[in-house]
Amino acid sequence: MALLAAAIVLLIILFLVWETLPILQSIGLARFFNDSSWHPTSEEFNLLPMLWGTLLVTVGAVLIATPLGIASAIFCHYYAPRAIANLYRRLVELLAGIPSVVYGFWGLVVLVPIIGRIRPPGASLLAGILILTLMILPTITLVADASLTSVPPEYLRGCAAMGLGRWATVHGVVLPAASSGLLTGVILGTGRAIGETMAVLMVCGNVVQTPKNVFEPVRTLTANIALEMAYATGHHRAALFVSGLVLMVIVFVLVIAAELLNRGRIYV
Amino acid sequence: MSKNSPTPGQEDELQLTSTLKRAVTRSLPLWISSLQPAELLPTVILWAVATVVTGALLWLLSDVFWHGTGQISWEFLTTSPSNAGRDGGIAPIVVSTSLIVGVCMAVSVPLGLGTAVLLAEFASNSSGLGQLVRLSLDVLAGVPSIVFGLFGNAFFCKTLGLGFSILSGGLTLACMVLPILIRSTQEGFRAVPEDYRRCAAALGISRTAILWELLLPAAMPGVTVGLLLGLGRALSETAALIFTSGYVDRMPESLFDSGRALSIHIYDLAMNVSGGEPHAYATALVLVGFLVLINGTTSWLAERFRQSKIFVL
Amino acid sequence: MTKPITREQDLASLTGNNPLSMKAERLSLFYGNKSAFKDVSLEIKSGGITALIGPSGCGKTSFLTCLNRLAELTPSCKVSGRILLGNRDVQALNVISLRRQVGMLFQKPNPFPLSIFRNIEFPLREHGVRSREEIDRIVEDVLRNVGLWDEVKNRLKAPALSLSGGQQQRLCLARALALKPEVLLMDEPCSALDPISSAVVEDLITSLHGKYTVLVVTHNLAQARRIADEVALFWVADETGQLIESGPVAQVFESPQHAVTAAYINGRRG
Repeated sequence: MALLAAAIVLLIILFLVWETLPILQSIGLARFFNDSSWHPTSEEFNLLPMLWGTLLVTVGAVLIATPLGIASAIFCHYYAPRAIANLYRRLVELLAGIPSVVYGFWGLVVLVPIIGRIRPPGASLLAGILILTLMILPTITLVADASLTSVPPEYLRGCAAMGLGRWATVHGVVLPAASSGLLTGVILGTGRAIGETMAVLMVCGNVVQTPKNVFEPVRTLTANIALEMAYATGHHRAALFVSGLVLMVIVFVLVIAAELLNRGRIYV
Repeated sequence: MSKNSPTPGQEDELQLTSTLKRAVTRSLPLWISSLQPAELLPTVILWAVATVVTGALLWLLSDVFWHGTGQISWEFLTTSPSNAGRDGGIAPIVVSTSLIVGVCMAVSVPLGLGTAVLLAEFASNSSGLGQLVRLSLDVLAGVPSIVFGLFGNAFFCKTLGLGFSILSGGLTLACMVLPILIRSTQEGFRAVPEDYRRCAAALGISRTAILWELLLPAAMPGVTVGLLLGLGRALSETAALIFTSGYVDRMPESLFDSGRALSIHIYDLAMNVSGGEPHAYATALVLVGFLVLINGTTSWLAERFRQSKIFVL
Repeated sequence: MTKPITREQDLASLTGNNPLSMKAERLSLFYGNKSAFKDVSLEIKSGGITALIGPSGCGKTSFLTCLNRLAELTPSCKVSGRILLGNRDVQALNVISLRRQVGMLFQKPNPFPLSIFRNIEFPLREHGVRSREEIDRIVEDVLRNVGLWDEVKNRLKAPALSLSGGQQQRLCLARALALKPEVLLMDEPCSALDPISSAVVEDLITSLHGKYTVLVVTHNLAQARRIADEVALFWVADETGQLIESGPVAQVFESPQHAVTAAYINGRRG
């Protein structure tokens, strides 16, 4: 029973592999990248546009949310008066708990029309990036906040005793000292962004294509599963499980990266 | 001349900016009471970031609130949806949601607690087993919910033959919240100093007694916090439920019936029903209301937990 | 006002340009309603080494943190009285330039989690020293001053936290010296070190004589006697720290004016 968690992980992998085995045996892995397009009903299984979609949405969101999240944590710790810092923290905690479907809904009714006015259709890569940014911001902020808390106060006193200002202290000592924790937060945020389904499903437009600019609609791996699972059978269903397996592998890599990061003291 | 000390001309300029800065920051408990020019820019940027983030988040919350409140009434909460959800209420959906979350907690709480206890008793954090479990928990916590959905669909719905049902949905969610529960219980155990255990053991108190008298009471606040966190996660989940508990918006008659969760209702109204927006807002407000309640209780408890922990030590 | 970091000045300070002295006038400090020390007036003589002695909890460290206004970091802390650096009130000085001129060494060595080189370079840069050669020169100078250069010159990029406790404390001293302070405050700088490292740091403090104005808190009476020119004894009376007696080391140790001092230095009290 102590191994329950491990057993569930194993079971998940087992079932994903079990469901994908038929298609992997009959058509092989290569066709998921070489086929001309994604038309699973006519046996064409090119996952690349969806992989691009997931990659672009995630990278965009992480690039924006990382500086904002870390800046928010620094703000709470070193710049904001106590009352404001506490309020801000509460707000961020609250947002960490808001369901993704609500983010998606808000994006759909508020954000998408605004983007649509700038450049139609509105439901686009950009909308996905912005919504995901909002969603992973709390994760990154909260983890960064925790790792700033664990910076030993001696460092701060040492800095003050040498007449260093706040920002000098933050960028010279605090950030290097907390770097592994901050990076862990970013990795967790990345994991959340990659796995996010509902919000991107609702704002990204879901057209299977590799976008040429941020105003074009895209479809992510997760959205693809959610959209087609309901009616998929046979090889089509198996192909969806393949994308699930791909997501699982990415998450594995991220978790192990975070683990290694925490174990070996990263020295900057 | 030193590069540090300002030249006379600069000094005037500094004086001016510093007066300005002091006016801006007078009310703040300043860590270092005067700002150098190099300090001003980061300060302004950080305040700006905080303002923008707060603005975006408040925008979202207030939008849901303003559009939702007008729709919510007693009737909305107690009648069945009609016309694909455009009219009527959300009563069966609230019931289905409660059942799904109920199944999830009923399964995951004993399992999570048991696992945490066994881990605390038989595997240290650094042993091979402990590490394996920790890694599995990390992976499990990171698995995308849609993958849980795939797994639940293949395992509970197909292999175990439960079909699209509240039971399948609840069991799938149980797998998702398990890591949260195990983690917070372990966190609770950590509140008991190692010395107490050694001390109790030296007094010849049995392991079971130590568990019941020392560990579990100490872990209770942690367990409660974990329970609420798990509840919040289960309540807000959507993707894992689409292919496990299904879409049906009728009042469920048993756990084997398909039932629609609140979050799926929002999704459906927003995406598939034209003109469903008002009720989507209302449902979102109900859901957010529940979550805010849970969130508030959690942080209140966590705060008390932290204080009592200091007291224990 | 600020002492520039140039070679000319460096030489000038060696050839008799005396460091600034410090003076506390009727200084009192409260944490909330609790008084840490009261009505302390003490002059710390230019270029001398002054030792603060006395039992634990009599306000020595609190007194030290007033001198570079580090006490202001504690929210509930209130200070009254006047502190002069040279002939200027420290409240009138910019806090950053004050702390550059009044360096501090803590009880527990606290190098930053950066490389050895960066530990010295980073505060220098923040205080406006930009040129690479200048920085290299200062780093080498101060590391030689604290006798660390030969031990670390081949691994300047190594993490400072990989040094031993004694080496870390010397690095912290080097870091403080790099800013060319007038005054150095030391809070029991040897008490967290082993006897050999402690002796090395003690010798270093002695070598600062004449170049910097040094104020050192110590519990070790023998050490105070070895290194200091002046001694000041703090004592708890009326539930607050007070300055009982101060004067040249020989006078305080050989013919103390106060009964408490006599008892303390003879090991009968405290």
